[in-house]
Amino acid sequence: MTATREVAAMRRVEPIMGTTVSLDIRPPFVPEHILDDLFDQLRDVEARFSTYRPDSEISRLGRGEIGEDHCSLDVRYVLAACDHLAQVTGGAFDARRRGPGGADVIDPSGFVKGWAIEEAAWLLDSAGARDYWINAGGDIVARGHAVTGRSWRVGIRHPDRADRVAAVLAVSDRAVATSGTYERGDHIADPRTGLAPAGLRSVTVVGPGLAFTDAYATAVYVMGIDGLRWLAERPDYAAYAITDDGRTVWTDGMERYLVRDA
Amino acid sequence: MMPKRGVAALVVTTIALVLLLSFKTPDDTLPTRNGGVSVVERGAQPSAAPRATRAPTSNGTPAADPTPNPTSAPRGAATATTIVGPLVSTRFGPVQVQIAVVDGRLQDVSALQLPTGRHSGQISDFSEPVLREEALSAQSANIDIVSGATYTSLAYARSLQAALDQAGLG
Repeated sequence: MTATREVAAMRRVEPIMGTTVSLDIRPPFVPEHILDDLFDQLRDVEARFSTYRPDSEISRLGRGEIGEDHCSLDVRYVLAACDHLAQVTGGAFDARRRGPGGADVIDPSGFVKGWAIEEAAWLLDSAGARDYWINAGGDIVARGHAVTGRSWRVGIRHPDRADRVAAVLAVSDRAVATSGTYERGDHIADPRTGLAPAGLRSVTVVGPGLAFTDAYATAVYVMGIDGLRWLAERPDYAAYAITDDGRTVWTDGMERYLVRDA
Repeated sequence: MMPKRGVAALVVTTIALVLLLSFKTPDDTLPTRNGGVSVVERGAQPSAAPRATRAPTSNGTPAADPTPNPTSAPRGAATATTIVGPLVSTRFGPVQVQIAVVDGRLQDVSALQLPTGRHSGQISDFSEPVLREEALSAQSANIDIVSGATYTSLAYARSLQAALDQAGLG
């Protein structure tokens, strides 16, 4: 263990949405009840979008008990956004796929977490918070600064070494999302083939909002090295990746975030 | 309030690692340090002066005892209770977390033990018009947050769950 610097900060951690959501707010703080509202909001999203809960709107939609026209505005928005992402990524990100037995499966969870955290960030913004981060399972919204004049430093976890970071990014008013084979081997399948992607061990994407940034990270991971070229063409997004053979590569846009003297 | 049902969700998919302590080093821009002992900031009542109430957590020495091991700070306003979760074995090595609870709320999670894994990261030459690469030495960085989960997340969740149960939050 190393010493931790002491700064005035509001902290909260809750296990939620299949992951751990933590946040850190620097002065000016927000009232505690805003944080209660924030986590209530995340639980509400979880209740409506979880594919693990049989009574969620998404599960009911998947079983054909309700049609998309009858879903809430949020569900319709999320499905429309996922369809848009499927189109721009050439199917590398796709909330709809053919499940075992040939049934259609709708699983927008690759978008929902980032979107829910983005909405939570709006809640903090409207409550007057300016300098904070929210971290949901390693996918992050970072606003403002850690202290005056110093951006937030985001370490990219090394895929092979849990206690090491591969690189450090300095970000302010940005989202950071990482996809890869960190968790229980290959758990992201290519929606087009059902197979595990090859080429990249992990991809970190930096972008303006977490919903799209997270979905892009998934898509680039699925596309492999070609995905980095694809992402490099998208204004406002940057990617850093570790390849299957241990090389580190990144798009030109990542240069402005990489910390060299870390 | 901690949601009881939220804890069950831990076992499902990706689990965050809130390894702030493992990565942090003293920041030169901030004057206060406390030797080699971990001190985690605690959120104070935000309506009051914007100053966090701090309470010492237990030292980072991992407990060999596999049972949860609560270490209560003296009772009082906004003192932190630190609880060490059990050691959970994985094929990559042992995992153990520690939580800090203030006023019935989980305020911080840190890892006491994580597998170090094999070494990797050799750099070879790779040239692409839009891609760059070079060796980055980032191992001793000042880091606020970490992006990316790990193999050990499930074990992390189990140790966390046990610590939450011990704290009466699970």
